[in-house]
Amino acid sequence: MSWAFLRDLLSGVNKYSTGIGRIWVAVVFLFRLLVYVAAAENIWKHEHDEFECNIKQPGCENVCFDHFFPVSHIRFWALQLIMVSTPSLLVVFHVVYRENREKHHNQKLYKNPGKIDGGLLCTYLISLILKTGLEIFFLVLFYKLYNGFKIPQTVKCDIKPCPNTVDCYISKPTEKMIFLYFLVATSCLCIVLNLSELSYLMFKYSIKCYLKRHMKNQQ
Amino acid sequence: MDWGALHTILGGVNKHSTSIGKIWLTVLFIFRIMILVVAAERVWGDEQQDFVCNTLQPGCRNVCYDHFFPISHIRLWALQLIFVSTPALLVAMHVAYRRHEKKRQFRKGDQKCEFKDIEEIRKQRFRIEGSLWWTYTSSIFFRLVFEAVFMYAFYFMYDGFRMPRLMKCNAWPCPNTVDCFVSRPTEKTVFTIFMIAVSSICILLNVAELCYLLAKFFLRRSKNAGNSKQQPNHENKEETKQNEMNELISDSCQNTVIGFTS
Repeated sequence: MSWAFLRDLLSGVNKYSTGIGRIWVAVVFLFRLLVYVAAAENIWKHEHDEFECNIKQPGCENVCFDHFFPVSHIRFWALQLIMVSTPSLLVVFHVVYRENREKHHNQKLYKNPGKIDGGLLCTYLISLILKTGLEIFFLVLFYKLYNGFKIPQTVKCDIKPCPNTVDCYISKPTEKMIFLYFLVATSCLCIVLNLSELSYLMFKYSIKCYLKRHMKNQQ
Repeated sequence: MDWGALHTILGGVNKHSTSIGKIWLTVLFIFRIMILVVAAERVWGDEQQDFVCNTLQPGCRNVCYDHFFPISHIRLWALQLIFVSTPALLVAMHVAYRRHEKKRQFRKGDQKCEFKDIEEIRKQRFRIEGSLWWTYTSSIFFRLVFEAVFMYAFYFMYDGFRMPRLMKCNAWPCPNTVDCFVSRPTEKTVFTIFMIAVSSICILLNVAELCYLLAKFFLRRSKNAGNSKQQPNHENKEETKQNEMNELISDSCQNTVIGFTS
């Protein structure tokens, strides 16, 4: 079980997406997942070993690290990636449900089970709203947890058993900050893509609805 | 999810590339991505653990390392490779869009559509002309820009392409100027020069491909302006032969790359 599973999942979803949805999948793959696996993971690999405090008191380093990093950035992003990719499953389930229904009734109930219309449109819109909501939720949570989008070079710690205020030094803060900004920027890009897809679909189908009603009135 | 997935994505684009584009892709996978994964990552693997400063002051080593290496060479190259590979997706999306349109025509039962079934549409190789030419050319242009930007950023951040053995650091909390020693500086310099050289080769290949596409475009325009009625079949036969050769080259390249990466 690894990221390959998520990759296969998203490739499956790709079939039932709009054009903007496919761009979203490409952005998630290349700029978030691949950067995470190929680059970001290695930067945070030894973060605990390389976290150093100016004191010999045993336990002080552990306690300070735990205080300043309740959840490691990298695990946070892994969670965010998984949560944000999951709403797309709703669409896949709905398509499978439609196909099963057609099989069960042994007749063609839908023009094309994978086409986004009717109930599937609602499911797609809900998945878009969920995706956007989760992205914003994780960004806000990160901001609140780490007091902004910054990684300081030193932090001052005075939790027991540290005898008084000690200086603790974080490893590779600049590199971590570069990747932090990169991942936050791609997260915002994904939010923008989701919102534009949402407005595009709502606009397209409201025009369709309006035209249908107009034709009916004329008849 | 790893570089193998990128290989799968770009392999699809390979079919619609020119011969120079196929060479570029092979160079990218064998001499850059493979070298990065198999060799360079090991060389830079212990870079912070083995970065030693001549002081016992806690925190001095961390701060000095951060000062001299704002972003590790390895990560910069990984980012460069990701950005440089991305424009090829524009071509993949354009091809997918065209295929989608042809499938729609086929399903509508359009008589203009010359395919017998959906499978043929899926396997069809599109020629680089019309709007696809513009997409392809802009993707090469963006590739060039990204390569140049990353090379310049590397040169600017590290003051050249050499890895020094010794660095003098006096950032707080280091008590005064301390000597810090980089691990494996010669090996790192060798790999840096290698990656920069291959990057330059890729830039040259992209420039050559751009010139080739422009030359093809102007030639076609002048031919169309000159003799629009004469010998269209003869031109098609020559281009079909070229396409077949490209297919053979691409198939053999694909097999070589797959053989190396599997």
